[in-house]
Amino acid sequence: MRFANILHLGIKELRSLSRDPIMLVLIVYAFTFSVYSQAKAVPETLSKAPIAIVDEDRSPLSNRIIAAFYPPYFLPPEMITWSEMDAGMDEGRFTFTLDIPPGFQRDVLAGRQPRIQLNVDATRMSQAFTGSGYIQTIITDEVNAFVRRHRIEAPPPVDLELRVKFNPNLNKAWFGAVVAVINQITMLSIILTGAALIRESEHGTIEHLLVMPVTPFEIMTSKVWTMALVVLAASAVSLTVVVQGLLSVPIAGSLTLFLAGTVLLLFATTSMGIFLGTVGRTMPQFGLLIMLVLLPLQTLSGGRTPRESMPYIVQYVMLAAPNTHFVMLAQGILYRGAGLAIVWPQFLALAGIGAILFGLSLARFRKTLGTMT
Amino acid sequence: MTDSQTDAVRPDNGAGNTDSAPVVRLTEVSLRYGKTQALDAVSLDIPAGKMIGLIGPDGVGKSSLFALIGGARKIQTGRIEVLGGDMADEAHRRLVCPRVAYMPQGLGKNLYPTLSVFENTEFFARLFGHGRLERERRIAELLEATGLAPFADRPAGKLSGGMKQKLGLCCALIHDPALLILDEPTTGVDPLSRRQFWELIDRIRVAQPGMSVLVATAYMEEAMLFDWLVAMEDGRVLATGKPQELLRQTGSATLEEAFIALLPQEKREGYQPVRIPPREEGAAAEIAIQAQDLTKRFGDFVAVDHVSFQISRGEIFGFLGSNGCGKTTTMKMLTGLLPPSEGKAWLFGHPVDPHDIDTRRRVGYMSQSFSLYTELTVRQNLELHARLFRLPIDRIPARVREMSGSFDLTEVMDALPDALPLGIRQRLSLAVAMIHGPEMLILDEPTSGVDPVARDAFWQIMIGLARRDKVTIFISTHFMNEAERCDRISLMHAGRVLVSDTPARLKAERGTETLNEAFISYLEEAAAEDQAPQLAASPPPSPAAAVTQSPEQGGESVKHQWVDLRRLFSYTRRESLELRRDPIRLALALWGTVLLMFVLGFGITMDVEDLTFAVLDRDQTTTSRDYSLNLAGSRYFIERAPIRDYDDLERRMRSGEISLAVEIPPGFARDLSRGRPVAVGAWIDGAMPQRAETVRGYVRGIHNHWLITRTAEALGSRSVAGLVEVETRFRYNPDIKSLVAMVPAVIPLLLMMIPAILSALSVVREKELGSIVNLYVTPVTRLEFLLGKQIPYVALAMLNFFLLTLLAVTIFAVPLKGSFLTLTAGALLYVIAATALGLLISTFMRSQIAALFGTAVITLIPAVQYSGMIDPVASLEGAGALIGKIYPTTYFLTISRGTFSKALHLSDLYASFIPLAIAVPVLIVLSAVLLRKQER
Repeated sequence: MRFANILHLGIKELRSLSRDPIMLVLIVYAFTFSVYSQAKAVPETLSKAPIAIVDEDRSPLSNRIIAAFYPPYFLPPEMITWSEMDAGMDEGRFTFTLDIPPGFQRDVLAGRQPRIQLNVDATRMSQAFTGSGYIQTIITDEVNAFVRRHRIEAPPPVDLELRVKFNPNLNKAWFGAVVAVINQITMLSIILTGAALIRESEHGTIEHLLVMPVTPFEIMTSKVWTMALVVLAASAVSLTVVVQGLLSVPIAGSLTLFLAGTVLLLFATTSMGIFLGTVGRTMPQFGLLIMLVLLPLQTLSGGRTPRESMPYIVQYVMLAAPNTHFVMLAQGILYRGAGLAIVWPQFLALAGIGAILFGLSLARFRKTLGTMT
Repeated sequence: MTDSQTDAVRPDNGAGNTDSAPVVRLTEVSLRYGKTQALDAVSLDIPAGKMIGLIGPDGVGKSSLFALIGGARKIQTGRIEVLGGDMADEAHRRLVCPRVAYMPQGLGKNLYPTLSVFENTEFFARLFGHGRLERERRIAELLEATGLAPFADRPAGKLSGGMKQKLGLCCALIHDPALLILDEPTTGVDPLSRRQFWELIDRIRVAQPGMSVLVATAYMEEAMLFDWLVAMEDGRVLATGKPQELLRQTGSATLEEAFIALLPQEKREGYQPVRIPPREEGAAAEIAIQAQDLTKRFGDFVAVDHVSFQISRGEIFGFLGSNGCGKTTTMKMLTGLLPPSEGKAWLFGHPVDPHDIDTRRRVGYMSQSFSLYTELTVRQNLELHARLFRLPIDRIPARVREMSGSFDLTEVMDALPDALPLGIRQRLSLAVAMIHGPEMLILDEPTSGVDPVARDAFWQIMIGLARRDKVTIFISTHFMNEAERCDRISLMHAGRVLVSDTPARLKAERGTETLNEAFISYLEEAAAEDQAPQLAASPPPSPAAAVTQSPEQGGESVKHQWVDLRRLFSYTRRESLELRRDPIRLALALWGTVLLMFVLGFGITMDVEDLTFAVLDRDQTTTSRDYSLNLAGSRYFIERAPIRDYDDLERRMRSGEISLAVEIPPGFARDLSRGRPVAVGAWIDGAMPQRAETVRGYVRGIHNHWLITRTAEALGSRSVAGLVEVETRFRYNPDIKSLVAMVPAVIPLLLMMIPAILSALSVVREKELGSIVNLYVTPVTRLEFLLGKQIPYVALAMLNFFLLTLLAVTIFAVPLKGSFLTLTAGALLYVIAATALGLLISTFMRSQIAALFGTAVITLIPAVQYSGMIDPVASLEGAGALIGKIYPTTYFLTISRGTFSKALHLSDLYASFIPLAIAVPVLIVLSAVLLRKQER
């Protein structure tokens, strides 16, 4: 093995990449516009939920409740009759229907604790759970405010002081931005490395390399280091300029430590890219493989939804994926400001997985080289 | 159409008056691709009933001209008449297309490599609408006549070059064409197969005297045998006439020389005939390359069979043979690219060892196709190779200058190879192979596709290297005039070396005048020895039987239906066969949805469970413990070891070990019992906002529950809990489980994305690989093509639908409460719409990779964002709402949720079927309109 070869082959890779407009556009797009729009696009939990109300009371209190539902959380309520309720729910026209019984205001004022019925279409998970909480609060608040003239409420005996750490306002853009960067790192490192290999075998240049005094290890390493470098630089720029700058998301921990972790992830994912490049021999086949590999990798790594809610078997299997550890590490460092003393197990795991993947890919690369040309 | 019209466009096939009207008439035809002028005002009358040859090097416009005549490419300017009608007129094209056969350039470009020989011919036969018996009879005859009958079951991709061309011919002849267009049918085919190929054509012409044959070729010796020639250069016609006339005009002995003489002055500049100085005697002492019993097997196929030879230093050694006879494999074994299965080879006396880096530095290799980095400039390519060959850094600039000088590259040093003509690219390849001053060059068909002038210039350089610098040159070629220039040649066939000697002695031994004939004689001998079945074609069945002239010729094809089921199903059969033989695509088609269902089902869950929390209990009383037990008892929370102090709290939250920390203040129990205000502190990990919000909801709820139970205990059961009770009923999914909500939504998503991708790929794949030309030049209509391709993917998507439903009901335990039949009917309409959408997208896409990612994005975004999967369509506004209202997923989502969760039936859901039923024909017709029936 000669470092000079790895260096020169690597420079060749960088030059090739710099003349590939599609890949360059993809890199720039993925780390700027895509991160920005993903951060902005994370949906609020409740937005313009369709609600219908059956008002059988027609009192000042019921009017007060009806007036309390307005955008952006709810669409202006649709007033319907009791008989229209079921059909509307079945057709999916309303997520919520509220039935205010006759004599509601009278019963409230008399302290008879009347029942108000709330129907929720629970197939709409995104709105159902939080929405019903909102509606309960709105009703209670409106009734309380209405009644306050008549009675004075005693404060609750024990107060609950809830504080949110690391993201006090639960700003979803903070979360979305960092998740986007994490996902782009994985996606691009696999695509760039795999495509670099397939480009060589499609153009027949890999054959050319093999008659020269260079080894498969040198060829593979040159691709790994250059593509990792490109993605590393792009993610550093993306984090500082787009995430910290444009989106003004505070980063809690050390960026250097995070980038060190990224290097380890890239070691693993670029090796994976080489592996996939040897399985799918043409760009279309590689593309199909990417679809089947990338989506599980990103969705099940715990980046978007919490790992602990997944079935145990999925949690264990995903421990073999580099992303899972990287997501833990990234969340620790970027959101919670964790230092090396806290995230060292993830560093260790990433290094181990990277070494195994690199070894496997190298073995497969050597084996398939003869048939690639 | 009326009979008189039909007759008008059909020239009389009777023998006497074939000369009367030209079969093809071109008037001022021009064509450009971007900046390249491919054809420049070509006007030409091509006589009927003759064998016409188009000669000229690659890239002069021969193929473009043929594509225009065949109707595969759209006419830009000028007028083209074929068989008596204007090819710009679609009605005429439809009419003559069953009477024209077009075989594009490239070995088997319009064939389907995974389909067998028989399946390929059958596909074309169905397109031309023959009945089963007629079809089988014709296929049997043609395969017999071409000698392909024994290989009927072999996939087309595994045939040798010559056999592929014969198969292409079978497919072209299946419908008795009046005009046969063959674009370089014999390039890369061995001399014997080539001769057999022309004999076959001759027999067919005997059987069908009225047929006109248009052929492009790079072999001048072949062109000599044609009736009439058109010499082309740079998109223009240089000369036309009988071969003898051309020779007489230019005063040359061979067509090759005649062609060079016909070139404009500036092209001929600097040209001089190649002369080879004899080798010095006694130079043969040292052996540079030695091979002994080299053998290579791929599975049970023997590519190279016990090949032995010796090449001495400074010798030019030629390797002759067809494509696929084992030349390239032998060369790769010598360079160490391929390990031999058996036998040995030595370079400079050292055994070839793929790990022997030092030997590689003494060898220069140039592969068959141009294989340098097109993204690097000429200089960068040279420098990179100099570095990799470990030239001392300080010597590199000088060496690069030296090479650029001697290979005449100085002016193009900073150009990208793609921008250079083929001849210069070949020189660059050779310069790269020579950069490290190797003692040996292994050149694999370095001159294929290069024009005669550039080819001779290339040989001048090589001869200089061999004679002056004593470089050993091992070169393969299929040009006989190049073989004549070698010191010695080996004739190779089917993996074996037939003979090795000097060209002169080979000719002498066989008593032939040309090397070509000598080669054919050796090939025949070899064929006789092993009774190779592909050569058994001679003697052939009697010409009349070989291709029976069907009297009702053309009659059945003239009646042109809008949709012919036979042609439609021909595409369906072909598509299914191909899909079955492509493991990666099949895997995506069969298991893609299932895999993604698992991933999305488990991955995008909104349930939050098993959250870890810990308590910092500064009170340590039964009351405080009761409070934390209340939390730990909920199914949402799991308690971890108590927190010791604030540092501990901080550290454990940072590491993500706990998502919730609760602090109970000192004196909690005491203050509570005295009715003094107390506050419990809770910290939530805000790293994932969605989870944090849920946690906040849970903690509040549990806290209130604890308060109510406590007050109830303290004050007796009649407490005042609130002014109003909100009775919440979660309908359709009472446990508010994510899976119950997600699974019926994920099914429409997956049944949109994957079938659309597959159907889009199926069309774009043909565009990229070139077989789309069959749509252009056969009678198949656009609608037949699209529907035929769509059917297998609809079937697959339905299979996927059943799998997904089964999975939903069993593994995900989501009950199907409503009508399964309604759901299935909805799914059928929906997947037809999804595959049609894929077809529509395919009309815009050019490359498979773009089709793949493009279709994924185009189908996924509206399905996820605007179809009510997350937010109901009613909550959308603006463009999103519009997309949501017309996108099929919206309606199938309603059907899916309705039947799965809401226990609904057709009577409740019919409103959602109507938009789907409208979408299907709209999408299909739109795709048919936008799909091109000709290349632009």
